[in-house]
Amino acid sequence: MGYNCVVLVKQVPDTKRITGQAMNDDGTVNRGALAAIFNPEDLNALELALEIRDEFGGKVTVMTMGLPAASDVLREALYRGADEAILITDRRCAASDTLATSYILSCAVKKLDYDIVLCGRQAIDGDTAQVGPQLAEKLGITQVTYVEEIQKLNGDGLVARRNMGNGRQEVKTTLPVLLTVVDTANEPRVAAAKRLMKYKDAMSPVEIAIAGGDDSSARQKALAEKGLLIKQWDLDDLDADLAWCGRDGSPTKVHRIMSVVLGGKESKSVEATQAGIDAMVHELIEEHTIG
Amino acid sequence: MIDVNTAGEVWVFAEQHEGKIADTPLELMSKGRELADKLGVKLAAVLLGDDVSPLAARLGHLGADKVYLAEHELLEHYQTNTYAKVIDGLIRRHKPQIVLYGATPCGRDLAPRIASSIKAGLTADCTDLQIGNHEVKKTGKVYENLLFQIRPAFGGNIIATIINYDRWPQMATVRDGVMPMPEPDTSRKAEVVKETVHLAAADLPLEILGQHMQARKVNLKASRVIVAGGAGVGSKDNFRLIYDLAHCLGAAPGATRAAVDLGFIDRDHQVGQTGTTVRPSLYIAVGISGAIQHQAGMSESKKIIAINNDPDAPIFDVAHYKIVGDLNEVAPMMIKSIKEKV
Ligand SMILES: Cc1cc2nc3c(=O)[nH]c(=O)nc-3n(C[C@H](O)[C@H](O)[C@H](O)COP(=O)(O)OP(=O)(O)OC[C@H]3O[C@@H](n4cnc5c(N)ncnc54)[C@H](O)[C@@H]3O)c2cc1C
Ligand SMILES: Cc1cc2nc3c(=O)[nH]c(=O)nc-3n(C[C@H](O)[C@H](O)[C@H](O)COP(=O)(O)OP(=O)(O)OC[C@H]3O[C@@H](n4cnc5c(N)ncnc54)[C@H](O)[C@@H]3O)c2cc1C
Repeated sequence: MGYNCVVLVKQVPDTKRITGQAMNDDGTVNRGALAAIFNPEDLNALELALEIRDEFGGKVTVMTMGLPAASDVLREALYRGADEAILITDRRCAASDTLATSYILSCAVKKLDYDIVLCGRQAIDGDTAQVGPQLAEKLGITQVTYVEEIQKLNGDGLVARRNMGNGRQEVKTTLPVLLTVVDTANEPRVAAAKRLMKYKDAMSPVEIAIAGGDDSSARQKALAEKGLLIKQWDLDDLDADLAWCGRDGSPTKVHRIMSVVLGGKESKSVEATQAGIDAMVHELIEEHTIG
Repeated sequence: MIDVNTAGEVWVFAEQHEGKIADTPLELMSKGRELADKLGVKLAAVLLGDDVSPLAARLGHLGADKVYLAEHELLEHYQTNTYAKVIDGLIRRHKPQIVLYGATPCGRDLAPRIASSIKAGLTADCTDLQIGNHEVKKTGKVYENLLFQIRPAFGGNIIATIINYDRWPQMATVRDGVMPMPEPDTSRKAEVVKETVHLAAADLPLEILGQHMQARKVNLKASRVIVAGGAGVGSKDNFRLIYDLAHCLGAAPGATRAAVDLGFIDRDHQVGQTGTTVRPSLYIAVGISGAIQHQAGMSESKKIIAINNDPDAPIFDVAHYKIVGDLNEVAPMMIKSIKEKV
């Protein structure tokens, strides 16, 4: 018995620690100035999957779609206890909105044998919380959002407690199911020293290629023999229909982006007159600080 | 996939629980009305539930021209699959150009499932909606009268305007408290369009075993704008000014410990070291000196406006907009200015 869990994880810029330097003058994000981290609620999703495996057996597979550097979050997941890691990387994934992202992820999840798919509730950069429900729809399975605890798991049945922020709810459903996990679910375990020693050398083929060297296929083979080669898929491996991927597959487009972070100690004195206040209110409306 | 239909209606999903329409979709009726008028099309509310037809009249009073009514016993309690299935069917049948949902826990569970099944775009958590034109740089093609979906992202550090020009409907979830609730006009009547619903028990994959909802309390952390009052406001009666200013901004009222201790407002509203830590897009500090314990809870706000009659008040050290003056004069001026502009 046991349950196969697939955890979707995202590498994100640390938007909680944004300073003036993190934004370019034109309002775009200076990604270089921001640390890339494991999306916080994805750690809660991973922890929940690890707890299921530890109690019932089965396997935890972590998967991310991202740049080659996103291999970092996969290694981090291996340190913490994941059994297998898969990187989906392909230039043609660029500019995917949540619909295209969930389509690509669904093609990948369908290649796996799964009982429970786990996502974080929300990523701290795109901030949409849409990928989980959209992925569930594409897989044709039930979604349970805002999961805080799995209260019961037996056979193909599951009882979960949801924390929606304005209340809690207990629901019962059957597997397969997709859960989105909130940050109150658990305290994620830290990397285990032994696993860190083992997996610190794990690499994805694209990282090996970037690192260069004479014979990357020999390198891949050597890592694979030690169980340290991170599995990697591109859109061809997924048999994805390109019409639903990347920019072309994304109905939403960005018309304009504005930064709201003020550089340094920028401040203004406003006259305590109707004209002074009108000007300030006008400015705040223009920049959408108020509606 | 649904084509562009410029004659399509503007829809608002009238989320209801236990026979009561949620606040956010009610707030959305004013914006929906404005968009529909600009586009010269009808505003429709989409109402699902079991035996909820009495709610249709209220939606008419608040601005709906039409109410699509889908009633079925399996729609009594909100569930993702049943609600998504019904709304997916309605969208395919009537081809609205815009569909808006409150960015409530329920709206954010439902809307992405529908967007996925009809393969449409969905913009999350909007704080404003406008109509505008977009030029595609590469081809020079101009798309007119698109929905500009304006939303904070990146932890609130940027504001993005999102559009969808080739695949419709244009769908968005919209935050609560950012649009004013419309004044009801009891002479307005909406046309009620009854929809037949085909659902079977198999459409309900979940069983709800129990539920405990919390009474709506002030949620300072989730508020995009906070108007906070301090001891300088002077009295509980005068705190009305703070509520009035907050109300016209769709903001939450906050306070200093001194204001709480003086009994001006409940402790739930206290911001600071021993209160709530907040980082809204806008924090308006009214009659607040800016003690370090207060600053600890609000200095990370994206924008801070301070109103104080003491030019040396420490609150001005963290303010982006400094207004030296009597709050009893400045606050009413702000209310006037906001009401005339919004
Ligand atoms: C400023 C800005 C605004 C945007 N606004 C929108 C918008 O309104 N609508 C829209 O459709 N798109 C939008 N996007 C695009 C969107 O951010 C990307 O599609 C992104 O890949 C996924 O969305 P998210 O970050 O919001 O993830 P969420 O939906 O918040 O993520 C939820 C969970 O899904 C999983 N997940 C998400 N992405 C991945 C991934 N790449 N690999 C593995 N698991 C993943 C994780 O478990 C995560 O916790 C926006 C992008 C930017 C930069
Ligand atoms: C351990 C500890 C924890 C604390 N925790 C908190 C906390 O969590 N939150 C908190 O807020 N405080 C906290 N405090 C209290 C804090 O130190 C201050 O006493 C408190 O913040 C002051 O509140 P205030 O600014 O409203 O009042 P005051 O300091 O009295 O300031 C009132 C201000 O109003 C201005 N004013 C008066 N009349 C007008 C007018 N007509 N027009 C314009 N301006 C006017 C004055 O110039 C003055 O600056 C804590 C203190 C301690 C010791």
